[in-house]
Amino acid sequence: MLPKDRGAESATATLRRGLRMMPEFRHGLPLTFLLALVATAGRVVVPIAVQQTLDRGLGAPGGPDIGLVRELVAICAVVVLVTGVAVYRMNVRLFRTTETALAGLRVRAFRHVHDLSVLHQQGQRRGSLVSRVTSDVDQLSVFMQWGGVLGLVSLGQLVVATVVMAVYSWQLTLLVLVCFIPLGVAVKFFARRLATVYGLVRERIGDVLAAVGESVVGAPTVRAYGIRARTAARLDRAIDRHYRASVDAQKTTAAVYVSGEFVAAVANAAVVVVGVWLGIGGHISAGTLVAFLFLVTLFVAPVQTASEVLNEAQNAVAGFRRVLDVLDTEPDVQDPAVADPEHARGLPPGPLDVRFDHVGFGYAPGARKALDGVDLAIAPRTRVAIVGETGSGKTTFAKLVTRLMDPTEGRVLVGGVPLTEVAFASLRERVVMVPQDGFLFDASIADNVRYGRPALTDAEITAAFDELGLGDWLRGLSDGVRTPVGQRGESLSAGERQLVAVARAYVADPDLLVLDEATSAVDPATEMRLTRALDALTDGRTTLTIAHRLSTAERADEVLVVDAGRVVQRGRHADLVDAPGPYAGLHASWRRSSGRQPEPVV
Amino acid sequence: MPRRRDAVVRRGLRHIGRAVSEQRAMFTLALLGSSLYAGMTVASAYVIGGITDRVLLPSFDDGATTGAALGLAALAILVVAVLKIVGIIGRRLFAGIMSYRLMADYRRRVTGQYLRLPLSWHQRHPTGQLLSNANSDVEASWFFVAPLPFACGALVMVAITVVALVLTDPLLAVVGLVVFPLVFVINAVYSQVMSPRMERAQQLRAEVSEIAHESFDAALVVKTLGREDDEARRFAVKADELRDGLVAVGRVRGLFDPMMEALPNLGTLAVLLVGAERVADGATQAGDLVSIAYLFTLLALPIRAIGWVLADLPRAMAGFDRVTPVLQATGEIPHGPDAAPTGETGATVALRGVEFRHEGAPRPTLQGITFDVAAGRTLAVVGPTGSGKSTLAGLLVRLVDPDRGTVELDGVDLRTLREGEVSSQVAFVAQSTFLFDDTVRDNVTLGGDFTDEQVHEALRTAAAEDFVARLPGGLDTHVGERGASLSGGQRQRLAIARAVIRHPRLLVLDDATSAVDPSVEARILDALRATDHPATVVVVAYRQATIALADEVVWIENGRLVARGAHEELLAQVPGYARLVRAYQPPEADAAERETAGAQA
Repeated sequence: MLPKDRGAESATATLRRGLRMMPEFRHGLPLTFLLALVATAGRVVVPIAVQQTLDRGLGAPGGPDIGLVRELVAICAVVVLVTGVAVYRMNVRLFRTTETALAGLRVRAFRHVHDLSVLHQQGQRRGSLVSRVTSDVDQLSVFMQWGGVLGLVSLGQLVVATVVMAVYSWQLTLLVLVCFIPLGVAVKFFARRLATVYGLVRERIGDVLAAVGESVVGAPTVRAYGIRARTAARLDRAIDRHYRASVDAQKTTAAVYVSGEFVAAVANAAVVVVGVWLGIGGHISAGTLVAFLFLVTLFVAPVQTASEVLNEAQNAVAGFRRVLDVLDTEPDVQDPAVADPEHARGLPPGPLDVRFDHVGFGYAPGARKALDGVDLAIAPRTRVAIVGETGSGKTTFAKLVTRLMDPTEGRVLVGGVPLTEVAFASLRERVVMVPQDGFLFDASIADNVRYGRPALTDAEITAAFDELGLGDWLRGLSDGVRTPVGQRGESLSAGERQLVAVARAYVADPDLLVLDEATSAVDPATEMRLTRALDALTDGRTTLTIAHRLSTAERADEVLVVDAGRVVQRGRHADLVDAPGPYAGLHASWRRSSGRQPEPVV
Repeated sequence: MPRRRDAVVRRGLRHIGRAVSEQRAMFTLALLGSSLYAGMTVASAYVIGGITDRVLLPSFDDGATTGAALGLAALAILVVAVLKIVGIIGRRLFAGIMSYRLMADYRRRVTGQYLRLPLSWHQRHPTGQLLSNANSDVEASWFFVAPLPFACGALVMVAITVVALVLTDPLLAVVGLVVFPLVFVINAVYSQVMSPRMERAQQLRAEVSEIAHESFDAALVVKTLGREDDEARRFAVKADELRDGLVAVGRVRGLFDPMMEALPNLGTLAVLLVGAERVADGATQAGDLVSIAYLFTLLALPIRAIGWVLADLPRAMAGFDRVTPVLQATGEIPHGPDAAPTGETGATVALRGVEFRHEGAPRPTLQGITFDVAAGRTLAVVGPTGSGKSTLAGLLVRLVDPDRGTVELDGVDLRTLREGEVSSQVAFVAQSTFLFDDTVRDNVTLGGDFTDEQVHEALRTAAAEDFVARLPGGLDTHVGERGASLSGGQRQRLAIARAVIRHPRLLVLDDATSAVDPSVEARILDALRATDHPATVVVVAYRQATIALADEVVWIENGRLVARGAHEELLAQVPGYARLVRAYQPPEADAAERETAGAQA
C-alpha cells in the first residue's frame, strides 16, 4: 500500500522513469543541447588565444606581430560574448523547461496522493506525503538551477578540453589522461563515500525534525509534566548528532576536492617536464605547451565541480525517486469513470439500499481480517446503527460503503450496483460520510459548510444550522456563519468542529449518509438535539450511524452488532436488549456510564 | 529606491558581521586557510610565468635544457600545490565547522524558545511554521557562511593581484583595475535584483506547502465529498505561481552566471592585447604576460565565491528575519521563588475570580470563576460544547495563566511557585493525547525514576495492562511517531497511566476517556476510586458515570460558573444541566416514569 522501496534503482533508471512522467521536459530539448554545446566550446577559447599569441603573435618570424594579436583578441572576444549569450539562452530555456516540468510533476503527484488510501489510513504518514509535493520537488528545482547546469557544462568542458588538447599534442594529452587515471578510478569510491556521509546527514536532519515536531506538537504535555529539561536534552542530542555528521561530510568533501587539485599539479609538473623534452625534439611549440597548462585547469574543474554538486545531485535524485514512487503507486480504489469508462454507471435515482455480498477485508495480507464473511442487506430509507467494541470493524464497514477502500473478498452494492462500477461523480454526490475528525479548512464556517456545494449562500447555510437545531449555537458566535474557524478549525472546540462537519454533510443532501462517530465530542444535550433533527430531516434517506453512545442504537430502525469482524446480532434495539448476546452487555455498560442504573441482575 | 538598496547592503553586511563575531575563532582559522590558498594561487601563476621565462622559452630557443632546471620547475609546481591544498583544507573544514556550528547553535536557541514560551504563543503559530523556523530558516540564515572565508580569501587574492600587476607592469594593472571593480558592481546589482525575487519564491514555496498540508489533512473530507479535482486545481494555481516565480529567479541567475564567467575571460584577452604590445616594446617579458593571463583564469572561481555569498545573502536575511521573532519572543510564563506545599493527601484547589480570554477573541472564554475543591475530593466540570471547560482544565495545571484572579494550590498562587513545582504535584490528561516516539515504558515514566513494578501498577489502573502485555515488546514496544501504532483508546489509556504513576495530589482529566469503550472506562474509574492515596480530582466529562464519581459538580455555561452542588441537586435545580445529563434517557423512559407516577397518584 505504501510506495515501494526502490533503494537499489540507479540514478539513470530514475531519470528515465522521470522523463516518462514529465513529458514537458522533452519539449525543445534539442535546441537546449545545441546551446550547451556552444557554451562549452567557448570555454577553450582563452587557452587557444594564449597559444596563438605566444606562437604566432610574439614568436612570429619577423618579430612580434601586434596586428595579428589584435585580430586574434577581437575574434576571441566575440567568441566569449557569443558563448555568454548562448549560456544565458541555455540557462533560461533549461530553467523554464525544468520548472514547467516540475510544476506539472508537483500537481500530478498532488492529485495522485489524493487517490491513495495511505492518506486516510495512516495519518502519521501525511507529513511525508506533503514533502513529496513540496521539499522533494523544491530540492530538484534548486539542483536544476545550480548543480544541473554546472554539471552539464562541466561534462561538456571535459570533452571539449580533451579534444583541443589532442589536436595540440596527442603525447601530452595521453600524459594528462594517465595522470588523471587514478582520480578516475577513485571517483567511484569517492561517490560511494560521499553518498554514505550525506545519507547519514539526511538521516540526522530527519531525527532533528522529529524531535522538533515533538517539542512543538507535544508542547502541552511537556509543560504539564515539567519535562522541559528532558525534551531539551533530546533536542540537543539530535542537533549535536546532525552537527557531527555534517562536519564529517565536510571533511570527506574537502578530501575529494583537494585530490583533484593535487592531480592537476602533478599533471602540470609532468606536462612541463615532458613538454620541454618534446619541444626540444621539435614536436611542439612553446605556445602549445603554455596552452596545455591552461587546458589542464579546465580539465580538473569538472572533477571539483562534481564533488561540490554530488551531494545536491544525490539529494535531488533521492527526492525525485520518492516523487516518482508516489506516482507509480497504484491507487487502491480507482474511479471506474477513468479506469473503465465503458462499464461506469451512475447510482439509480431515489433512496438507496446497501448490500454486502460475502464481504471480507484485511488491512494487510495475512493479518487478522477486519471484516470477515459479512452478508447483509440494508433496506432503503432505514436508519441503521452499527455498534461494537473498539476494533471490531465498525469503521471498516463505513469505509467500504463509501468506497474509500475495496473489499479484499466479496462485493458491496449500493442501489443494486456494485460500487466498483459506480462513477465517483455519482457516488460522492449521493453517498456522504461524516468522519470522527471532521477536518475544517482555515476559512469561515460558511465556507466550510459549502465545501461540497459551493453555490450555497450564507442565508441558506444559516437556515441549515437552524434546521439542525444549531441556530442558537451559531448565533452565540462572534460573527455567525462568517466566523473564521482558524487553522484546522482550532478556534472552535472539538465538539463545535463536529457540528460544522455534520452541517457540511447535511447540505450536501446525500441519499445515503454515513456517520462515523460524528458527534463523539459534542455534549449529550446538543448531540440529542442534533440527531433528532437529523432523524427528521433524513427521513426518506438511508442512514448508517456508527457510535459508541448507544442512544443512537436505541432510536435506530435496526441495530447491527459487530464483533471481531463479523455481524453477530441484528435487529431492533427493543428485541436485542433482552436477548442473550453481546448487545445486552454493551448496552448494560452504556447504561451504567450514562447514568441510568443497570437493571438488577436476577 | 536608493535608500532601500542602501539598507539591503547594510543589513547584509551586518548579518555577515554577526556570523563572524559569533564564530570568531573558526572564521579566523578559515580565513587563514583561505589567505594561504589565495597567496599560493597567485604564486602558482608566477611559478608558471617564471617557468615560461626561465625554462620553457630558453630551452625551446636553445634546443636543450638541464635536468636540474626541469626538476626545479616540477618541484616548484608541486610545493605550491601542496601549500595551496593545505590552505583549501583549512578553509573548507573551518568554514564548514563555522556554518554548522552557527546552525546547531541557532537550532538550540530556537527550540529552547519553543520549550520556554507559553502555550498561548504556540497556539498563535502554526506547527508547520515552527518546524521550518527551526529547520530550513536556520539553515538558510547561515548557508552563506560556508563560502564566506573563500570569498574573503578572494578579496585577499584580488588585492595581491592588483599589487602584483602594478609591480609587473602599470599598464597591465589598469586592465585589472577595470575588471575587478566591474565584478563587484555586477555582484551588487545582482543581489539587488535577486533579493525581492528570492523572497517571493520563498513565500510561494510556503504557500504551496500550506495548501498541501491542509489538503492532505483534509483527505477524508475531500474524498467523501468528491472534491479531489477541485483541490488539485487549487494547488495547481499556486504551483504555477511558484513556477513563474522560480523562472523569474532563474532568468536573473541565468544572466549573472555567464557574465561572471565572461569577465575574467575578457580580462585575460585584454591582458593579451595590452601585454603583447608591451612585450613587443620590450617593456615586459613574455613570462609575465603568461603569469597574468594564467592568474586571471585562476581567479575566475574565487571571484565567483564572492558572488555565491552575495547571491545567498538575500535568502539568508529572509530566513533570519523569520527566525528573529522566535528568538525575540518574550512572555515566558513567569515563575516564582516558592516550593509547592507537599503532603500525603490530595491538594486543595481554589479559583478566585478567574477570567481568561484567548488572544483575539471578542469576549472572555471564562469569567468570574470562583470555586474550591477540598483535599481528596472529586469535582466534575460539566457544560455544553464550547463553554470553556478545557480552558479551565488548562488553568488548573498552569498551562495558561488567568488574565484576572488567581488559581491556588493549597492556598498558594500557582504563579509564585518555582518552575517544575506545579508538575510535581499535579498531573493532567488532555483531551487529545500526545505520545512520544519512544517505548511504552518511557511514555509512562517520561524519564522519571519509576520501577517496572510501578509502571505495571499504573497500567493496571488505566486498564492498559492487558493490551500492553499483548504488544510484541511489552513495555519496550516502540509506539511510533505520535503513538501511531496504537488506537485512540489505547493512547488515552497510556496517557492516564502516565498521570497516575506520579501519584499526583491533583489529577485533572479533560474528557480523557472519550475514545475508550464504556465498559473499559468503567474499569478505569473503578480503579481510580480504589486508589489508596485519594488525590483531588477535577474531571471534565459528559458521561454520567464519570460525573457520578464526583462528590460535586460545577455547571459552566458561556464561560460562567452557573451552579455548583451535588449531582442530584443540580439535576433538580438547573434545567440546562438536567437536559445535558439526561439527554440519553429515551423519551419512552420518561413516559414510563410518568405513567408509573400517574398510577401511584
